[in-house]
Amino acid sequence: MSGRTPRLTILTTCIIALVLTVAPLPTWPAILRPAFLVLVLLYWSVMYPRAGGMMLAFIGGLAIDVFQGSLLGEHALALCFIVYLGIRFNLLMRAKPLFEQSLFVFVALVVYETLLWMLDGWSGHPLTTPWRWAHTPVGGLIWPLVVGILGRFQPSR
Amino acid sequence: MAVFGTDVDRPLYGRSSAGLRFTGYAALAITLMYYDQHGRLAQRIRFALDAAAYPVQSAVSSPATGWRWLTDSFQTRDELRAENQQLRARVTGLELSVMRQAALEQENNELRGLRNSLPPLIKHWQLAEIISVETNPLRQRIVINKGEHDGVVVSQAVVDGNGVLGQVARVGPWSAEVILVTDPEHAIPVQVTRNNLRSVAVGSGNSGELLLPYVAINSDVKSGDLLVTSGLGGVFPAGLPVATISGVHRESQQVLAQVRAQPVATVERDREVILLDFEPSNPAAPAHNPPIEPAPTAVTKPQPKPQDPDE
Repeated sequence: MSGRTPRLTILTTCIIALVLTVAPLPTWPAILRPAFLVLVLLYWSVMYPRAGGMMLAFIGGLAIDVFQGSLLGEHALALCFIVYLGIRFNLLMRAKPLFEQSLFVFVALVVYETLLWMLDGWSGHPLTTPWRWAHTPVGGLIWPLVVGILGRFQPSR
Repeated sequence: MAVFGTDVDRPLYGRSSAGLRFTGYAALAITLMYYDQHGRLAQRIRFALDAAAYPVQSAVSSPATGWRWLTDSFQTRDELRAENQQLRARVTGLELSVMRQAALEQENNELRGLRNSLPPLIKHWQLAEIISVETNPLRQRIVINKGEHDGVVVSQAVVDGNGVLGQVARVGPWSAEVILVTDPEHAIPVQVTRNNLRSVAVGSGNSGELLLPYVAINSDVKSGDLLVTSGLGGVFPAGLPVATISGVHRESQQVLAQVRAQPVATVERDREVILLDFEPSNPAAPAHNPPIEPAPTAVTKPQPKPQDPDE
């Protein structure tokens, strides 16, 4: 029960998730691509609420904004909010079976996308195509996979 | 089911400051967003961040580039020879049409009553390589490997060998982002060549389709019509091919017809694009529209340059 935070692991997985998020893909995979960085950050913020995930979320979100040309700070704000939710409800989340966690993650992703959507509208880039929501159920569905993969990288305690 | 299956990581302290930290970061993000939207400061930050992002961007797209290089280097001699032959035939065809064009230009000048021949429309062009392509319903953009150091400016016209691809949306030091005509946020003023009917073609988010949402139901458009740029809007010169109309749907209850068009530029098959600079004294060049100042005191201010001088 040492409780040491695997900072290096967290950083590495976040960078991988960021690359997966911004890597160019053909049309359909790009639409269905889950928001990897959100999933990874959510996992780590639930597991290690004190690991400084919020700062990572801010920097990662800023990186997404730079890569995608969106409003500077838009993804940063949305990601920080998701990490905040993760930290705030980490006990609730841990106690639930995977299926319920997936539902929670789905809701979190919808919140994330809604925030982005609102900020897009505020900055004068309203994109109302329903496809922008397509990644939220995908994210919920692959959550067990994310838990399985990231759980392996985690030092056993 | 032991999922997170371990003990709690000092939850009482962990929860206490999260709200505070979130508030701090949210305030920072909102400030950034505000300045990105309204101020000049964020543009500088963005420029620097773009510079930092360039190597990463190249790295992320390197698998695709590597694969292309590999297939290129393993092309057989026969294939190359066949391609060479094809290209030679094409050049001959183009030479013939250029020969005819010189005569036509001369004739055109005489018809317009101009004594001296006009300066060429395209003052300067440069090739740029595509670094990454993003074609999804939300964003249709490409990133090219030319930036401010190569003289690229915002809203410069970008074409390929077939027609208009888009315009430069954002310029970094060594790279630039091009918004394609098919991006849902992009609109391009066009004209039907057959009858000079003017309209606006809006991106659909599908890389094979443009929409013409503002065509009256009784207007004369049909499938197969070629759309060229109309020269309005201040970005593209008149007469560059944009798309061919692929379908017209009319419903008697509606005021507007639903017109779809297929772009002639083929972003999926391009590796290189052409950035154009126009000779402003040519009548076909895009009219220079000064950018609209967001500040209410715009009238008294001197006209800002679109690009900051090099520091």
